[in-house]
Amino acid sequence: MTRPEDVLVQRLGEAVVGQIRFRDEVTLVVARERILQALEAARDMGFRLLTDLTAVDRHPAQPRFDVVYLLTSVEPPAWVRLMVHLAADQTAPSATSLWPGANWLEREVFDLFGIRFDGHPDLRRILMPDDWEGHPLRKDYPLVEEPVEFRGHTPKVPSQIIPTSKPRHA
Amino acid sequence: MSQLTKETLVLNMGPQHPATHGVLRLILELEGEVILGVEPVIGYLHTGFEKEMETRTYHQNIVFPPRIEYLATFIEEQAYVLAVEKLLGITAPKRAEVIRLILAELSRIASHLVYLGTAAIDLNVTSLLMYCFRDREEILDIFEMVSGQRMMHGYFRIGGLQWDLPEGFAERVQRFLEDVPRRLDEYEALLTDNLIWRKRTEGVAVLSAEDAIRYGCTGPVLRGSGVSYDVRKAFPYGGYADYSFDVPLGTNGDAFDRYRVRMEEMRQSRRIILQALQGLPGGPVLVDDRKVALPPRRELVRSMEAVIHQFKLVSEGIHPPAGEVYAAVESPRGEKGYYIVSDGSNRPVRVRVRSASFNNLQALPVMLHRGTVGDVVVAIASIDIVLGDVDR
Repeated sequence: MTRPEDVLVQRLGEAVVGQIRFRDEVTLVVARERILQALEAARDMGFRLLTDLTAVDRHPAQPRFDVVYLLTSVEPPAWVRLMVHLAADQTAPSATSLWPGANWLEREVFDLFGIRFDGHPDLRRILMPDDWEGHPLRKDYPLVEEPVEFRGHTPKVPSQIIPTSKPRHA
Repeated sequence: MSQLTKETLVLNMGPQHPATHGVLRLILELEGEVILGVEPVIGYLHTGFEKEMETRTYHQNIVFPPRIEYLATFIEEQAYVLAVEKLLGITAPKRAEVIRLILAELSRIASHLVYLGTAAIDLNVTSLLMYCFRDREEILDIFEMVSGQRMMHGYFRIGGLQWDLPEGFAERVQRFLEDVPRRLDEYEALLTDNLIWRKRTEGVAVLSAEDAIRYGCTGPVLRGSGVSYDVRKAFPYGGYADYSFDVPLGTNGDAFDRYRVRMEEMRQSRRIILQALQGLPGGPVLVDDRKVALPPRRELVRSMEAVIHQFKLVSEGIHPPAGEVYAAVESPRGEKGYYIVSDGSNRPVRVRVRSASFNNLQALPVMLHRGTVGDVVVAIASIDIVLGDVDR
């Protein structure tokens, strides 16, 4: 049986710049300029449901951000994951022209990661307060205790009781 | 005079409003009684779970999922542990899998009961809220019997369960389920045959199948519009492929259809649990992998190796391979997925919680377009949002 992502790879040609395979899941890495075209092709192939749109911060690695799209086909059941690599100062094209449901998802990514989407009709913060500074899900955004009103206490990361270990299966 | 009638009124609803089922704020633009525009304002319950989960080990993170969607606690735990198990490439023992499934389906009934009670009280059917919460309390008692907690259980473990079921569990669940059809029939008699309920829900908050898909809706909101998509059927996980059940569908995509879908889902959940109880296998409830699961207590006094494993797991945690996985389950509100990115260390690089309520709530303005003010509470109740799940 041909897998749906293989059909999509054929259809997209050189727009797909890489494939990540892990645990029977395939992630198609698409060139930034071609992502809207790829999303539209996937949608017209039957992946009509934009299940998720999110981002990953790879700081300090380069390129820094990944924007991840998860598309689902209702009939026959299948899903496919597309990914775009973005440098810290790059923007991604907005998918709101294809799915109105991308509106809030892109606002959330902008709010928490600071990634801008070109052509988004209303790119504002959505979860954090409007006057918030910084983008909390960035790796260089510190997670610390609230400052206290007495001396002799240094704020620390509250939940890092167990130190982070080095990657094992490099 | 003609100038006056063209004016619209902007009305603020919430965030502290009893009918918003949490802290949700709506900005309504009205022309008389008719709604011209709705803008949901969310984020009042944003607690940064995703950021917190990046700073803790995989085991420590089990406490977060039930706090995100606090009405369907076991389903949320199931989604998280399934994602981590996929990352590790392990599966829980069969017995653990079936127990998880039974508890998840009980969670679904409990969650739909809260929907039913709160949707009814929004339209002033006060008694039904009491009945629904009485029944839900029986389910929570069962949960307490199993895990020691009514809501924030932390009972599921990566690779299985914390401990086996207590004695008398099956009988108690069976006793509860025996009475479920009669009670559901009673509640339906109260609502389905009630002229007021039908007039307030039929043809109200209509969402077409096309719009439901364009907005990424899932769960009863999507199925109420007639699209047959249930993660349990489409991508069977956790043993759902072994049981027979139907996916109820609506036709009109209105609040009444969503209500009918949820009522039928409770009956189907009962059907699944009864089958699962019948075929509940014996055996262990936790994998025998010392790099993932804690060694049994009795080994600790006999084996130095077991002590070392215990120490490494408690002081460092699990080390999954580098990679990324997505695991989804069907929560009472729709597709709930965990997208976990690992770099091979003992804590995740990124945990993304795909929440069904977030996408479903986004379709609210479509449902309410050119509706009346009185329908707002009906529409919110029919989406059955959990604001903790929307804001995370």
